Amino acid sequence: MADLQKLTIGKAINLGLRRAMEEDPKVLIMGEDVGKLGGVFRITDGLQKDFGEQRVLDTPLAESGIIGTAVGLAVRGFRPVCEIQFEGFIFPGFDQIVSQVAKLHYRTQGKVKMPIVIRVPFGGGIGAVEHHSESPESLFAHIPGLKVVSVSNAVDAYWGIQQAIKADDPILFFEPKKLYHSGAMKAEIDVDGTPDPLFESRVVREGTTATVVAYGPSVKVALDAATAAEDEGKSLEVIDLRTLSPLDLGPVFESVRKTGRLIALSEAPSESSLTSEIAARVQQECFYSLEAPVLRVTGFDTPYPPAKLEEHYLPDLDRVLHAVDRSLAW
Amino acid sequence: MPSEHWTHPEPGDGPAAVAAQPSPEQVIAGLRATSEGGAELTQLLTPEGERVSSPQFDRYVDDIDAEALKGLYRDMVLVRRADREANAMQRQGQLGIWVPLLGQEAAQIGSGRALRKGDMAFPSYREHGVAYARGVDLKEVLGIFRCTDHSGWDYKAHGFHPYTIVIGNQVLNAAGYAMGQKFEGKVGDDDSEATICYFGDGATSQGDVHEGFVWAAVYDAPLVFFCQNNQWAISEPTERQSRLPLYQRARGYGFPGIRVDGNDVLACLAVSRWALEECRHGNGPVLIEAFTYRMDAHTTTDDPTRYRLSDELEEWKLKDPIERVRAYLARGGGADQAFFDQVQADSDAFAAELREYCFNMPEPPPERIFSNVYAESTPLLDAQREEFLSYLDGFVGAGEH
Repeated sequence: MADLQKLTIGKAINLGLRRAMEEDPKVLIMGEDVGKLGGVFRITDGLQKDFGEQRVLDTPLAESGIIGTAVGLAVRGFRPVCEIQFEGFIFPGFDQIVSQVAKLHYRTQGKVKMPIVIRVPFGGGIGAVEHHSESPESLFAHIPGLKVVSVSNAVDAYWGIQQAIKADDPILFFEPKKLYHSGAMKAEIDVDGTPDPLFESRVVREGTTATVVAYGPSVKVALDAATAAEDEGKSLEVIDLRTLSPLDLGPVFESVRKTGRLIALSEAPSESSLTSEIAARVQQECFYSLEAPVLRVTGFDTPYPPAKLEEHYLPDLDRVLHAVDRSLAW
Repeated sequence: MPSEHWTHPEPGDGPAAVAAQPSPEQVIAGLRATSEGGAELTQLLTPEGERVSSPQFDRYVDDIDAEALKGLYRDMVLVRRADREANAMQRQGQLGIWVPLLGQEAAQIGSGRALRKGDMAFPSYREHGVAYARGVDLKEVLGIFRCTDHSGWDYKAHGFHPYTIVIGNQVLNAAGYAMGQKFEGKVGDDDSEATICYFGDGATSQGDVHEGFVWAAVYDAPLVFFCQNNQWAISEPTERQSRLPLYQRARGYGFPGIRVDGNDVLACLAVSRWALEECRHGNGPVLIEAFTYRMDAHTTTDDPTRYRLSDELEEWKLKDPIERVRAYLARGGGADQAFFDQVQADSDAFAAELREYCFNMPEPPPERIFSNVYAESTPLLDAQREEFLSYLDGFVGAGEH
């Protein structure tokens, strides 16, 4: 009999972390406020109480320190899971991530493994002050040696965090903070089931008129747009990338060959981003199938604006539908 | 009580109308005096080769009889000879770059020989002497500078982490590793483990070093911070990094700091053993400032004549780490000329072997570009690799007709 639990994304990650810690005593959680407080989003709630202060470390307040000591712990044989409070605070740790985490395996011809997970709550729409709403994932997807994942739903969140912790490569795990506690995103999870492979994208809604590819918080926007488009007689196929590095575009190519149209959706600024990469690769692979250029619906090429303006900045379903119309008008 | 180098008012001294600036003499005395290294310098062997006693540290070198000291002497001569050979090979275009250790042999051999098998060392990129002391084949170090490899040795077998080139990164990595030793219960008695981390005076300005101090302190990590203060961070002098002698910083983090004569192999050995013992027993971390001097350039791309006076170098030559041991051994009858001749011959042979290896070092095959990027490779990378290799295959046989 399957053990089905209905969980939000936040609770799913919490349970996933708990499972990983139960399974492997070398798994450590480290970060600011992750212990007694349970993290600023409460994602690590209750873990320190059950696993102790040596497995759930309330660290000093310095991101380079969190990542840099995780490197040493990994060299020693631990599997650290670092929490960065908000994506905008990851940059003090960027040096350690890029210079050590990403490169030690390569530098040592595989002798040093870096089984580190860096959890990053990211994205906007929560009405926050500066540095609390950004989407810097493309920066990390650009770094060889790192793998980057972004979950959009509770099932992937539950399994993805466990799979990331088990992997021997360093993984940046981007979590859609706006959806952590969303009741609408609750899903029934067979917590003892078998997960899909971590590094594969997936068609989450089938359609024939055009394809929308998204990841993280934007998947919900794409699905909402598809529902709205249905009323207008348009059938959108929606693909959740799930993995940003390696980028699994196989299902996207397949879909574009079917629909002939692609909208790439993301909250991040568009220039030199994942959506740029998607557009380049799709034109390379699907040139003769395209009925219109690949269009992108993204945040603007500006710093994240004051939150009173974020509803204009963040791609919403209307901007997606507008892009679909532009594609169809080609 | 603050040290005599502190020139600024303490709270309660009354209002200071004008900030007290240290005089140039005070700066030199406190930060880089070439004559004494300032007060509180731990020394067991003077530059003249006289053994001076230290009630605190003598017991840490009780076992260093003439034979053992001859061993340390030999280590330093071999490492220096290898360093000079590598420097020359760079000048001949055989190495892309070299990072000389000339003058820092005592700091590296003294501290390196204080380590035990279960200990781990996290080097920067100048620690060829520590590598040698950890049993790493210097041929593998040469590969880095001939640019055939990023790091060749087995870090676990030798207890010697890969070189770290980004300044200060390894200090945090070492703190994490030492935390791991603590978490695994490897701290608490004579047989416990410890970690040592090497960095320079310039690195002390980096945030990572500060954070490493904080982490190691609050987690009581068994970590010896071994700062080789060689006076110059490329062209920036110590006084561009600090107002205080570096060892005094430890106080602000709540652990002991000590300044040792970095050109005195006996003192470096004694102080490192003491510090490692403190760590093994759970009293770490400890900061050691090895007060020394980089007698050559920062790297072979550097030109120290543009930023420092030859007087300074001449003064430091009188404090040569090898000469003082030689004088002590010769004077005390611990070693005769035959010994010194033999060490010289050994070091020449060692250098010749390195040279031969360097000239014949195989170049890595192109597929090495793609190997070990990940523990589990990715389809994209595999495809890129295949595409490039088949592109290269297209040239096979070209130009042979």
